[in-house]
Amino acid sequence: MRMVRYVANKFFYMLVSLFVLISATFFLMKAIPGDPFTSEKKVPPEIKARLYEQYGLDKPLYHQYFKYLGDIAQGDLGVSMKRLNQDVTHLIGQTFSASLKLGVVAIIVSVIVGVILGMLAALYHRKFIDSAAMVIAVLGIAVPSFVVASILQYVFAYKLHLVPVSGFKGPLYYFLPVAALSAQPIAFIARLTRSSMLEVLHADYIKTAKAKGLSWFAILSRHVLRNGILPVVTYMGPMTANIVTGSVVIEQIFGIGGIGKQFVEAIGVRDYTVIMGITIFYGVLLMLARFITDIAYVFIDPRIKLSGGKEG
Amino acid sequence: MKKSKSLLLMFALVLVISTVLAGCGGNNTNNGSNANTGNTANTGNTADTGNTATDEKLAADQTLKINLSAEPPTFDPAQAQDSQANTVLKTMYEGLTRMNDETGKAEPGIAESWEISADGLVYTFKLRDALWSNGDPVEAADFVRAWKRVLDPSTDPTAPYAYQLYYLKNGEEYYTKKVTDFAQVGVKAVDAKTLEVTLKAPTPYFLGLLSFYTYYPVHKSVEGNAKWATSKDTMIVNGPFTLTDWVTGQSLQVTKNDKYWDKDSIKLGKIDFSLVNSGATELLSYKNGELDRAGGPTGEIPTEQIPIVQKELPNEFNRKGIASVYYYEFNITEKPFTNAKIRKALAMSIDRQVLIDNVTLGGQLPAFGFVPPGIAGAEGEYRTAVKDSYFTEDLEQAKTLLAEGLKEEGLTKLPTVELTYNTSEGHKKIALAIADMWKQALGVDVKTVNQEWAVFIENRQHLNYQVARAGWVADYNDPMTFLDMWVTGGGNNDTGYANPEYDKLINDAKASSDLAKRQEDFAAAEKMLIEDDMVLIPLYYYTNNSLTKEYLKGVTLDFSGGIDLTRGYLLEH
Repeated sequence: MRMVRYVANKFFYMLVSLFVLISATFFLMKAIPGDPFTSEKKVPPEIKARLYEQYGLDKPLYHQYFKYLGDIAQGDLGVSMKRLNQDVTHLIGQTFSASLKLGVVAIIVSVIVGVILGMLAALYHRKFIDSAAMVIAVLGIAVPSFVVASILQYVFAYKLHLVPVSGFKGPLYYFLPVAALSAQPIAFIARLTRSSMLEVLHADYIKTAKAKGLSWFAILSRHVLRNGILPVVTYMGPMTANIVTGSVVIEQIFGIGGIGKQFVEAIGVRDYTVIMGITIFYGVLLMLARFITDIAYVFIDPRIKLSGGKEG
Repeated sequence: MKKSKSLLLMFALVLVISTVLAGCGGNNTNNGSNANTGNTANTGNTADTGNTATDEKLAADQTLKINLSAEPPTFDPAQAQDSQANTVLKTMYEGLTRMNDETGKAEPGIAESWEISADGLVYTFKLRDALWSNGDPVEAADFVRAWKRVLDPSTDPTAPYAYQLYYLKNGEEYYTKKVTDFAQVGVKAVDAKTLEVTLKAPTPYFLGLLSFYTYYPVHKSVEGNAKWATSKDTMIVNGPFTLTDWVTGQSLQVTKNDKYWDKDSIKLGKIDFSLVNSGATELLSYKNGELDRAGGPTGEIPTEQIPIVQKELPNEFNRKGIASVYYYEFNITEKPFTNAKIRKALAMSIDRQVLIDNVTLGGQLPAFGFVPPGIAGAEGEYRTAVKDSYFTEDLEQAKTLLAEGLKEEGLTKLPTVELTYNTSEGHKKIALAIADMWKQALGVDVKTVNQEWAVFIENRQHLNYQVARAGWVADYNDPMTFLDMWVTGGGNNDTGYANPEYDKLINDAKASSDLAKRQEDFAAAEKMLIEDDMVLIPLYYYTNNSLTKEYLKGVTLDFSGGIDLTRGYLLEH
């Protein structure tokens, strides 16, 4: 019962946030100078007037706003104003699937590599492995992804001919973008894991466990890892959202038809319906990611209990 | 990334129409023979390509790999309006005529021959036996249908380039609903294989226009299916290739169409387009053998890499002048730029060659006029007959003119000049270099302002600027495409320039079909625009820089940098 109430509560706030997001984006977007039909070679006034009429841009702003709200309430995101007649849902579906495929692989790689690096660093605290892992981590955080991407392209594709420079046609094409995309999360996860594990390793209950005579492996897997990995779970939510929403830079450099690239292009040409569609999609995705993180906490950390708010 | 973004936007506005035969003006009397000549030329050409092919050994895999820096927003010829769409549509459709990029002349396409009436107004086309990709014959009605879609304001969405068909009699009137009966518009299917086109005014470059995508035919299946051009499965085309794969934002693929009437001249089996918007990646992919061609007009070689690849790959590097001009325009309605002397002083104090050698690096040509080389004149090129010697780079004269201008305006010093450009690394470097030249030469303080593309365009179109960057690309091969924009109230005249004498010259040229007379009018108008009034500062005429693997042959560029991939082929390598 408590769980249901908790979920319902969260869900209500999600709807409110989404509404605020839609409204703010809508009006800000309209406030920027230019519209989908702005072009250097001017379209004659009668043609421009006709285009405005067909896309409802001739109507007052509040009218356009309510019409848009009405449409999305029915689940209709409309058609693109620049990519003529293409459904926004189709565009999101197609571009998101590319970002998702790449993103999921990058997340898995980040978590595995990050946690292992962090654990090694914690277990061999102040030894060579620790320093090496942390140097990698600092580099990963400090070097921007486009630099990492360019270096990877130059070394692995151009010099060593191991993988293609760009494109996204098969397994071989995943290596470079995944590496570039996960460099930063790996670094972050490694640092998080390291510090929280160091903390846990010195906790009293680990000493107790040792005193009890538990095997080192059992202590590691049951106590240290389970507690030490908590901050990583917190970070997982935003990271997942961040990665699957598509990295514009990585998608541009490797020529991947992802949603991040699509979003930036839509803003550049003021493709109103696509901007709104992707914004809403991003909003929902981020909120869901947070929501799942919150729920996941409950299962991983026994200390967190649901407080049902005001008890009736 | 920013740089390629706005370059892309700039190119995205580029319209590529090709053109005109100096000899085939509206005043021809014996047009039947004209059509015949066209025909023979075409057969000759086909045979030619056949020969070259036997001398050299063709590669077994005829798949051309090329990059487009932007995805064409649509494959509906009526909706297209950018150069990337032009590149791809040209592989999938064929209009009444086809441009031969080498000769710059229109050759028979779907039309096998044509006759032009003595007054240059009525064109009668005889269609050849061509097929759509589903086996249906291409008929005159397909053209009528396509042109009606373009001119019909109720087409959803309406064709942004509808005005490209305003050359037709009653075309504009039909769009603006002054004429409601389409039968009165100047296009008629006399029978299945005969199309009669009537123009509003004699248009010497009309045959060239017919090879442009807005004039392509569409299959009858498009009726009642607004989304036909959004899926490869519903696209029935009549050109050398059909669309066989399309992944949004990632790749496109076209495959040879065996129903195409001239399929024997097509050697490529497939063309794979990647969609990477990064000059650096494109160059690396090219060097790595993942692309057969890189650079303009479909992609981009990073500016700073141009001098390097030029040395590194001299046999693969190509540079070609294209009919486009880069310039700075003035808002001449606002002081102090209401004064022509001040405008001239700024124009004269720029060292264009220094700018090209150190900043733009693409081997561009210094511009002192507005019509670029490569545009056809009465005989040969316009720029060869009419030199752009409207002013010279002269510091002393610039200083004198500035002093005189300031005096006339009652000023002692020029207030800080605001120079606006759209966000791009390239435009920024040019702006900074010129600001510095003005400061050094004339002691003028310049504030450079960078604005996002659409914001910049809005401001410029609303005369909300002092000096702004601009570029213009030919729509068709005639000086008119550069000069008619400066008439009073012209849609693309973002300067506030209004000169009745100038308007008169342009109107005279429009009404005339006498090529020599037109050229005189153009020359007088250009002189007025630059030498007398200096409404804008010409900086350079563009060049197209590209890399082509030595085994790739037969890919051609037209006068304005439009690319034709269809007759390309790959040699063994």
